[in-house]
Amino acid sequence: MINFILIFNRQGKIRLTRWYQYMTDKQKSSLSQDVVTQILARKRGMCNILELEGRRETRGKAIYKRYASLFFCFGIDWNDNELSGLEVLHKYVECLDQYFGNVCELDIIYNYSAAYQVMDEMLLGGHAQETNKKTVVKHCKGFDKLEESDSIVHNLRASNIA
Amino acid sequence: MVFYRLKDLIKAIRACKTHADERAVIQKESAFIRTSFKEENTELRHSNISKLLYIHMLGYPAHFGQIECLKLAASPLFSDKRLGYLGTMLLLDENQEVLTLLTNSLKNDLNHANMYIVGLALCTLGNIASAEMSRDLCSEVEKLLGSSNMYIRKKAALCAIRIIRKVPDLQENFIQRASSLLNDRNHGVLLSGITLITEMCLSSQETLLQFRKAVPVLVRHLKNLVSAGFSAEHDVTGVTDPFLQIKILRLLRILGKDDVESSEAMNDILAQVATNTESSKNVGNSILYETVLTIMETPSDNALRVLAINILGKFLSNRDNNIRYVALTTLNKSISLDVNAVQRHRNIILDCLRDADISIRRRALELSFSLINESNVRVLTRELLAFLEIADNEFKPSMTTKICLAAERFAPNKRWHIDTVLRVLKLAGNYVREEMLAAFIRLVTQTSELQGYTVQKLYTALREDISQESLTLAGVWVIGEYGDILVSGGSYEEEELAKEVSESDVIDLLESILAGPFANQVLREYIVTALMKLTSRFTSASSSERVKQMLAGFSTSIEVEIQQRAVEFTNLFQYDEIRPAVLERMPVMQIKETVIAGERLNSAASGNTGSQTSAPAGPSDQDLLLDLMGIGTSGGTTNAQISTGAPASSGNGPANNIDLLADLFGGSSVSSLPTASNPSAAVVSNLFAGIGSPAATSPPVSNAGANILDLLGGGMPAAAAPSTPAPAINRTASSNSNGSASAQSPAQKTFPVYSKNGLSIVFTPQRDSANPNVVNILATFNNDSGVSGGAINGVQFHAAVTKTQQLQMRPASSTEIAPGGNATQLLKIANPQKTPVRLRLKVVYTTVNHGAVTDLSEFAGFPDGAY
Repeated sequence: MINFILIFNRQGKIRLTRWYQYMTDKQKSSLSQDVVTQILARKRGMCNILELEGRRETRGKAIYKRYASLFFCFGIDWNDNELSGLEVLHKYVECLDQYFGNVCELDIIYNYSAAYQVMDEMLLGGHAQETNKKTVVKHCKGFDKLEESDSIVHNLRASNIA
Repeated sequence: MVFYRLKDLIKAIRACKTHADERAVIQKESAFIRTSFKEENTELRHSNISKLLYIHMLGYPAHFGQIECLKLAASPLFSDKRLGYLGTMLLLDENQEVLTLLTNSLKNDLNHANMYIVGLALCTLGNIASAEMSRDLCSEVEKLLGSSNMYIRKKAALCAIRIIRKVPDLQENFIQRASSLLNDRNHGVLLSGITLITEMCLSSQETLLQFRKAVPVLVRHLKNLVSAGFSAEHDVTGVTDPFLQIKILRLLRILGKDDVESSEAMNDILAQVATNTESSKNVGNSILYETVLTIMETPSDNALRVLAINILGKFLSNRDNNIRYVALTTLNKSISLDVNAVQRHRNIILDCLRDADISIRRRALELSFSLINESNVRVLTRELLAFLEIADNEFKPSMTTKICLAAERFAPNKRWHIDTVLRVLKLAGNYVREEMLAAFIRLVTQTSELQGYTVQKLYTALREDISQESLTLAGVWVIGEYGDILVSGGSYEEEELAKEVSESDVIDLLESILAGPFANQVLREYIVTALMKLTSRFTSASSSERVKQMLAGFSTSIEVEIQQRAVEFTNLFQYDEIRPAVLERMPVMQIKETVIAGERLNSAASGNTGSQTSAPAGPSDQDLLLDLMGIGTSGGTTNAQISTGAPASSGNGPANNIDLLADLFGGSSVSSLPTASNPSAAVVSNLFAGIGSPAATSPPVSNAGANILDLLGGGMPAAAAPSTPAPAINRTASSNSNGSASAQSPAQKTFPVYSKNGLSIVFTPQRDSANPNVVNILATFNNDSGVSGGAINGVQFHAAVTKTQQLQMRPASSTEIAPGGNATQLLKIANPQKTPVRLRLKVVYTTVNHGAVTDLSEFAGFPDGAY
């Protein structure tokens, strides 16, 4: 299964995280720091698999792929199929692309909740749930539509704030 | 300023030039959000949480928003609910107590009519459910698993995985529904359902057996996927739903493991997948990879296995590093199945050792070590040694160990073995474990024909490089031990000419190591001992004189261990008659296997060099000399060898916890013992006394055995004990067991010490079982004065021993003795030099008839040599 997801840019700034396996905050930050620095140090053409040695709970592999300025990284179990994991990762990026229409780093920054929504439509509890791009995007839009239905309240709130 | 909208906050943060600016902005905003929370501002809750989640993502604390997230999730507004659940998933985890507050809203939402709200609840539950929540909401999820809405079904299936992981007992609730998911036509549901079943089969053998009957269904699904034409919905670069294919293959692997029947049922489809899948893209390869794993782990037929190995072979020569990595990983797993097939790819694997990618190097290294066998050990070790030279430091410790172990296991001959370990020491001497060093030294002592060669090699190596710690340690030890062979320099059979090495060259070398930057305490200890040993290996007086001077320098070392060694060694120079014997060559070490924890114990107990090499930490309570002479704390065969070689010292017997030096040099009385001239008897005495059984009890017999028993303390006239004529060494064991048995018997010899005024004192001596140098004397005070005499009061008993002995007195059992009664008191006399026990006694007591009495007396009544 997928234990964690990290999305970070070339400067090592983390854009999105998701932890499917329980870890303390300390473990989370040290692990993500470790993974980010190791991946950034790797050269093009090296394999997209990084072994994470260490304590038992964090022993596993990180598979990653770079899309433009962003690195997408999944932490998977030691015995998982790394190649298939990379396909899931790619599928996620495709879905993001379809949802946003030519996704870029800024989309993910400003609409992080949408990026999470796409993730939650594709994966649940660290397992792939839906791999059909169309279905994923359809349901994400479905959520948005439902949210618009209480736009009256939204507008009210907006005017209040203003 | 305070930002009201998420967008503005993000902009402001992005505009920050420095980290400090960013922190300031966020702190301000956090403070605002916190106050807003405190004021229960429901209007702002949504935007506050969305800002807080962003702040959280940047790595700043946001735990104060946890409760607000739960409140949002319980809101009737969908947008609030959506953000509330997202926040809950990000800010909370299964170990937060507040999570239980969520159970109720989850329960409501799981029963909601809107599928997206149910979906949100399932997603949250599936991502962060605790064990408690799993129990509470299990029935809801079970119901949803049978929902008519596939969107809900697939989410419920994955949610069930989380529940089962948290509470394995709940698994039964899902089995029925899960098996019906296998017939679902929606790929998403099928994918989730198969994942759920896989999870259940992994956690319970019972469930696994139950699902074996699903193999044909799975095979059919796979067949449909493989043979289906193009379907836009599920196509991934020309392959139909690879994700589902892989999940099915994985489940088939788990179901088919160790089961011939299921394995047969899947043979055909596996062959079909393996041959028909397109291998030019990553997608195809991911399926092939999974297929190979399934073939390897199930009892599939041989043709299929050949196919799988061939696929791996192709993988290995693939340009794509991911594929190569995967191939190496799989070969590692399958090496136990088919070693020869893996051996065929040896060269490619060895090439991978030089890959720029550490992931690949790691796998290749692991694989290379498992490839080593008798026939290829030379080739592979050469490659691995070449790699060791350039390897990352993180690899070195395990590599040196593995190379040494492989060399030990598969070495074609001793020369090669020694050469290999030498090379390891030279290349990575700072990364060699102590056990490996000890094993090497053991190897050298065992291989007498190559000692000259080894010492020459090490000498040359040390001349070139003293920066590799283990190399230096090994070199110093071997030079110390075989310095004479080095100087005589005969057996150097390399093509280069044997160079003349003079005694002073060797000492120069050791001196330069001491002066070098790499000398540490352990190394200094090794050198001090080596120098001392060289004095007996070398013949010239000048080198001996030099060593003396160097040792004198160390006698003021601040390192206690070194100072002690130096002082002891310096003293040893005054006893030239025993020095060569003390510095005898080490006996051949017998233990062969390496890396046994007990090894250190063994080597320490037999007092061989192992204890010096593997435990250099400092002196134990044994004297260092014990080590040197090979006399351990307890007797053993090696003791016998050593003692025979050094009869002069053997008469002393072991001296536990007591300075042996005093014993060695102060023991003039020892030489007068009859056994001093009888080495074999002395050996026995050593063996015996080492065992330290309580007083052996044979009467004196006038043959060689008498001497033995004398020494043992058995010479004491103990008529009641069975006498064991033990003239021969091979009888000693039985005599010893007899001795210890009779020691338990009540018939112990007593000695009257004092009898006056109705008080009589009797000594019952016994050798201490733990320490043969200690005599325990039980003093018994009897009131013989009869009823008329009355009690004896205020009994005080004092004793003094001669200077060479030490006395310890326990309190008396009573200071008052009723008529006819008695009291006892224990005296312990430590008598390391075995001088005759003589006591001066003082008795103070009061009786009714005689008043206060103070009496002095002397006692020397024990038979000579008994204690």
